[in-house]
Amino acid sequence: MKKLLARGYLVVLLVILYAPILIIAIFSFTEAKVLGNWTGFSTKLYESLFTGGLGNSMVKAIENTITIGLLAALCSTMLGSVAAIGIHNMKGRGRKAITFLNDIPMLNPDIITGISLFILFVAVGVSQGYVTVLLAHISFCTPYVVLTVLPRLRMMNPNIYEAALDLGATPAQALRKVIIPQIRPSMISGFILAFTLSIDDFAVTLFTKGNRGLETLSTYIYADARKGGLTPELRPLMTLIFLAVLALLIIINIRSARNNKQKLIK
Amino acid sequence: MTVKRSSWALPYLIFLILFVALPLVMIAVYAFRNPQTGAFTLENFAKFFSTPHDLNTFLYSIQVAFINTLLCLLIAYPAAWILSKSSFNRSKITVMLFILPMWINMLIRTLATVALFDFLKMPLGEGALYFGMVYNFLPFMIYPIYNSLEKLDNSYVEAAQDLGATPWKVFWKVTVPLSLPGVWSGVLMVFMPTISTFAIAELLTLNKVKLFGTTIQENINNGFWNYGSALALIMLLIIGLTTLISDEDSARDSEKGGLI
Amino acid sequence: MNKDIVISLQHLSKSYDGKQVLDDINLDIREGEFVTLLGPSGCGKTTTLRLIAGFLAPDGGKILLDGKDISGVPPYRRPFNTVFQRYALFPHLDVYDNIAFGLKLQKVPTDEIDKRVRRILKMVSMTDYESRDVESLSGGQQQRVAIARALVNRPRVLLLDEPLAALDLKMRKDMQIELKEMHAQLGITFIYVTHDQEEALTLSDTIVVMNEGRILQAGDPVSIYNEPQNAFVADFIGESNILNGRMIEDRRVEFLGHEFDCVDEGFGENVPVDVVIRPEDVYIMHKLEGSQFSGTVKSCTFKGVHYEMFVDTDKGYELMIQDYNAFEVGSTVGLLIRPNDIQVMRKERVRNSFDAEIVDAGHISLFGSEIECAAAAAFAPGDKVRAMVDFDKVELVDHQEDGQFAGEVHFLLYKGDHYHLTVLTEDGDHVWVDTDDVWDKGDLVGVNFASENIKLEAVK
Repeated sequence: MKKLLARGYLVVLLVILYAPILIIAIFSFTEAKVLGNWTGFSTKLYESLFTGGLGNSMVKAIENTITIGLLAALCSTMLGSVAAIGIHNMKGRGRKAITFLNDIPMLNPDIITGISLFILFVAVGVSQGYVTVLLAHISFCTPYVVLTVLPRLRMMNPNIYEAALDLGATPAQALRKVIIPQIRPSMISGFILAFTLSIDDFAVTLFTKGNRGLETLSTYIYADARKGGLTPELRPLMTLIFLAVLALLIIINIRSARNNKQKLIK
Repeated sequence: MTVKRSSWALPYLIFLILFVALPLVMIAVYAFRNPQTGAFTLENFAKFFSTPHDLNTFLYSIQVAFINTLLCLLIAYPAAWILSKSSFNRSKITVMLFILPMWINMLIRTLATVALFDFLKMPLGEGALYFGMVYNFLPFMIYPIYNSLEKLDNSYVEAAQDLGATPWKVFWKVTVPLSLPGVWSGVLMVFMPTISTFAIAELLTLNKVKLFGTTIQENINNGFWNYGSALALIMLLIIGLTTLISDEDSARDSEKGGLI
Repeated sequence: MNKDIVISLQHLSKSYDGKQVLDDINLDIREGEFVTLLGPSGCGKTTTLRLIAGFLAPDGGKILLDGKDISGVPPYRRPFNTVFQRYALFPHLDVYDNIAFGLKLQKVPTDEIDKRVRRILKMVSMTDYESRDVESLSGGQQQRVAIARALVNRPRVLLLDEPLAALDLKMRKDMQIELKEMHAQLGITFIYVTHDQEEALTLSDTIVVMNEGRILQAGDPVSIYNEPQNAFVADFIGESNILNGRMIEDRRVEFLGHEFDCVDEGFGENVPVDVVIRPEDVYIMHKLEGSQFSGTVKSCTFKGVHYEMFVDTDKGYELMIQDYNAFEVGSTVGLLIRPNDIQVMRKERVRNSFDAEIVDAGHISLFGSEIECAAAAAFAPGDKVRAMVDFDKVELVDHQEDGQFAGEVHFLLYKGDHYHLTVLTEDGDHVWVDTDDVWDKGDLVGVNFASENIKLEAVK
């Protein structure tokens, strides 16, 4: 009885948590303008999504989201991995200072991150657009890469780098042939994580995208929703985003589960 | 001699100073500046305290954040507790299902809530606001509490039972105190973002209710950068205070990043 | 300059965070020698090895290879290879690629690499493992691969950093024999670091005993065991009875309350000394005639090959004795020590002696704090003096805050009827204490010097 009650509680919560998304997913397969009206099964909304039924701006927004996501993930993975190796070998006050700075973007609310970068760009007179959004995304993605790579470095036998030098590798060779192969799994996890965070971002992008028409998916959806309600075409789009995030998360979790298993073997 | 690998963090350190530290300093600088003359001034803060509309929005936001945090805690604790019990724990899938929504864009989740209310033919307004907030932030409360309950060493519970505590007493004297770090970081992860949200309240209340985040956003958008910076600084202050009150360590290990 | 010498360490010093970990290390290592750096953890042996390998740079002094200073040469250009304590195999490479790593970097032709890797695999008896994932290997197998990976590069010197520490006892014994065989077969110089005295005695041509950043004694295993030069070496290598004694004249020494003939000369007359008696060197018998002194057996424990007994002597000292026969607890026994088995060592110090300064007629400043000292009246404020306190006049108390100085028990020796402790104060000064109380290594203690027990001496 007690068990049933407990299970019931969880089920109710889950239903409430997923009902909105499910409703959107279900009604993405009908053409009705107003949500809640079922006018028969149709994939027309999906078709118009892909054939540019919403116009070029939508396609452009998707394109921006993906390219910014990939570039931000790439840059923050490189920057963050090299930084993690540095931090791993740091001690004392320097290490404390950089880990403190590294924590700030994760603790800071998005709106503060967004506004602070906006003010910075305004103050130095940079015209805002693609590049500023990219820089902003790198700034909040890299800390997560650092935090993903650091534990892997900590797991590494500290003598491994020295062993490579000892066998005649120069520091650069030791990095390429020993350290990077060791931390590659966590770098890939960091990359996926950074990509997820980037395509998911709304607030920071909104403040750093400038006013010359640059949109990513989330700012596009926001602008659209402000105009009044939900455009029907957003339903399949949101469904797809949900599925994409789901897929990425499953990949990340499988990867980390595999890493944990490897740890156990050791 | 051996290459100092600690210097590899240097490029990132410069990046952090330029794009994390400096922007925050800029907010502080702008907040204390007169928009016209650029001279040092406190008038931006004075304006806040003498503008009833903004002050009320601020207080109302704190109220919403409090109520939302409380609601999330009341709903999340039992859920986290049930999840941490071994019988539901065999596969982590249920836990995953609860955490997953954390990763979906809050805007999309908010629009989904709007869709749900539309679907159920329920009016948008303050009720929708609280529902939407709890809906958005519940996973952020469940996850840290679940984490601390799951890590809880069962031998404490057994020791308490061994010493003659009833299940009810075990729960209140052992389980709850030991899960407090998780509760704290959950409170932190709900309270702070609730204070700083914008765009959500408008969508859920058809622009009837405005929260403090929106006030800041509007000022920035309308070119009142100095006043907007002052408001942002006030928000940072509130967030800083909240962080100080709670234990810093408990907040750290339940970062979003801890999920994976 | 001796041609045989491969490596010469000259006046090496190194400190971390202001703490001196190596202090004026001088050591010559001959071509083909098996040298072991032996000492407790923190003695500086691993630091010495890492300086030789090039992972650390010395603060002072030189490292010579064939007479040329290599202190500034990075590790990847030194003709040495290291076997690390936790193997440090590359987990992303299989056994073959781990071993071939160094050769590939040297751009050795592939067929040559192949030949050399196979030969070395055969030598470490790992022939069938070349494509195995290194993490699937047992500890002993990983160690063999680590040794092969180092040796395949034909280093001038092989550096081994506690390579067997992670293995179980049986495996360790087997590997010791194999290492010794490899050394004999290859003729390469081995520098081996360990804290295990038995391992050092088994393997080495030369043992270098280190403690607190200094070399205490270097020599072949037999001389280190039989003729330890100070109490630390005697205590660290093997089991021993270390006793206070007095050299009466040449070849005559007094300890345990009796006088004995010995073989040592040149100490002077009536000089306090330390005497080391190995437990297997005390003859124990049922009858008293023919013995030098008597004792009562307090305990008797079987240790596999021999019995270990603690005997209270007639003058109230406690001796550890090992014998193949068991003696009944409580029985009276006769004891005898032969002149050859008595190892007499000069005492490093006979009392504590510190630099101090007079503050006023009743106080001196010592280790940076002011303490009472009656003898200060004889000096003028500001005078530099040596403050001396007898070992048995130092008072130790349980709580650090109850002492004039806070300290930690760093090292202890049982001297038959009392303990001789080395206490390390918070500021890193050493205080030596004789006490009947039982303390443990690592105990936190307060140290007190009573006003009347501090003797002062002017410093020129």
